[in-house]
Amino acid sequence: MIEIKGLTKRFGKKPVVEDVSVKIEPGTITSFIGPNGAGKSTLLSMVSSLLDADTGEVLLDQQDVRKWKSTEFAKCVSILKQANYINVRLTVRELVSFGRYPYSKGRLKAEDEKIVNQALDYMNLTQMQDQFLDELSGGQKQRAFIAMVIAQDTDYILLDEPLNNLDMKHSVQIMKILRRLVDELGKTVVIVLHDINFASVYSDRIVAMKNGRLVKNGPTHEIINSESLRDIYDMDIPIQEQNGCRICVYFNSHT
Amino acid sequence: MRKNSTKLIFLGVLAIISILFFAFYDIKGGFDYAFPRRMIRVAAMIVTGAAIAYATVVFQTITHNRLLTPSMIGLDSMYEVVQTVIYFFAGSMSIWVLNKYLNFSVAIIAMVLFALILYRFLFRADKYPVYLLLLIGMVLGTLLGSLVTFLQVMIDPVEYLSLQTRLFASFTSVKADLLYIAGTILFIAFIYGYIIMDTLDVMSLGRENAINLGVNYDRMVMNILILSSFLIATSTALVGPITFFGLIVANLAYQYFDTYKHSVLILGASLISIIALVGGQFLAEHIFELRTTLSVIINFIGGIYFIYLLLKESRSAG
Repeated sequence: MIEIKGLTKRFGKKPVVEDVSVKIEPGTITSFIGPNGAGKSTLLSMVSSLLDADTGEVLLDQQDVRKWKSTEFAKCVSILKQANYINVRLTVRELVSFGRYPYSKGRLKAEDEKIVNQALDYMNLTQMQDQFLDELSGGQKQRAFIAMVIAQDTDYILLDEPLNNLDMKHSVQIMKILRRLVDELGKTVVIVLHDINFASVYSDRIVAMKNGRLVKNGPTHEIINSESLRDIYDMDIPIQEQNGCRICVYFNSHT
Repeated sequence: MRKNSTKLIFLGVLAIISILFFAFYDIKGGFDYAFPRRMIRVAAMIVTGAAIAYATVVFQTITHNRLLTPSMIGLDSMYEVVQTVIYFFAGSMSIWVLNKYLNFSVAIIAMVLFALILYRFLFRADKYPVYLLLLIGMVLGTLLGSLVTFLQVMIDPVEYLSLQTRLFASFTSVKADLLYIAGTILFIAFIYGYIIMDTLDVMSLGRENAINLGVNYDRMVMNILILSSFLIATSTALVGPITFFGLIVANLAYQYFDTYKHSVLILGASLISIIALVGGQFLAEHIFELRTTLSVIINFIGGIYFIYLLLKESRSAG
């Protein structure tokens, strides 16, 4: 269980995240949504201890994440940030194998290899496992990074806008895989999303932020309605039901 | 991986060949006299070469930049400051110069202190991006360089000549006693390197990925900065500054091996630098007949290679 308590972060004097408290329910997909600059990514970075909070704390299983041993923490929580520039030449398989580092410290056992194979298979990368990352398209590269996180085999998977650079087909593929990770393997996924419809269709819970503050937090069906969305985005967004999914038709809304 | 181990063996054989050439070629007069002296110099070159190669590779891993070396952030200038200050205030006949141990330790301590103060106390390396530290290091290096020039113009010309020989790297007069100390430092550093080898591989993925995989990144950066300062300080105190050398051997190793594994890169870069130093010194002595020194050749080739790398980088960026 991840519990965020009164988290605040300032860059200079400007508060980027202000007094945010959220509980992440285990076994769900929780989407962080909100306009640009709302502090979603910063919040995610603090939860994953990439960034230290100014005040407040993040508890993982009742213990402050800063007190966790970093190796143990890496076996429980994994994060993938949006910009992944690597200046060494790696093959897909080598990158995914790095996901086993918290367990094997670079010396992969047979079991690690097996998990790497599964992760590659999960992301449909088995055929291109020996290609170098710099020869791949943006979407393929993104899938390789997600495969690394899957190989890390953590209970909590935090993803910062993983659908960036991806076309519709691959976006849907990835969201379906995340859904499978939650439904089949009991993982907990926290994801920053820009496309509100992906949040609506695939997530169990939604956390909405605006100007560094939490504005909405609840099950998806309570958030995806015109009224709540107006509070979050300052836009009138009509909603249409389509096969039981609520789709936000925001393309020609008044702003 | 198999291909890389073949390459390593090839470099190893090449290194041994150049060592044998250097040790036995044209040995005239008393073998018992010349041979031990040559071996001391070979040992000095091995220690220096490995130290510089190792320091540069790990330094470039944490800075994620293949054009920066630890010498460039002011360590070489600090060495010049120490020697110049000693000559200026105590003179060339003082115990600070004549006692090799004393001079060696003072130089190492001053350089490591410089790095420590820069990273640990003044700028808290774990709180600021590494680029800021590098810039400050370069600025301080320039400042120290100007200070050195200032002191040098006021120094007695005869003293200055004697000082100058110290400020150029030289493998012709290495004292065996210092080698033991330098060798021990290098040995300890390599043991530490062996322990953190896999962590270094992960760190080359960048800060965020490394933290995600459970590396205590900011503390490791600090440790490695200090480690590389120690290594560079040792090699500089032993033979003098060779600024461009680390840049050449590290980049040659990246090109030749095409891997991210530090076990291969560090070993490979060390072997390349041993070949370059021993082979280069052999050429300087027997082909150029000491009309030029090795450090001049290295800085000449290194400078050209540096420009080549810059052009290549800017082309791939554009």
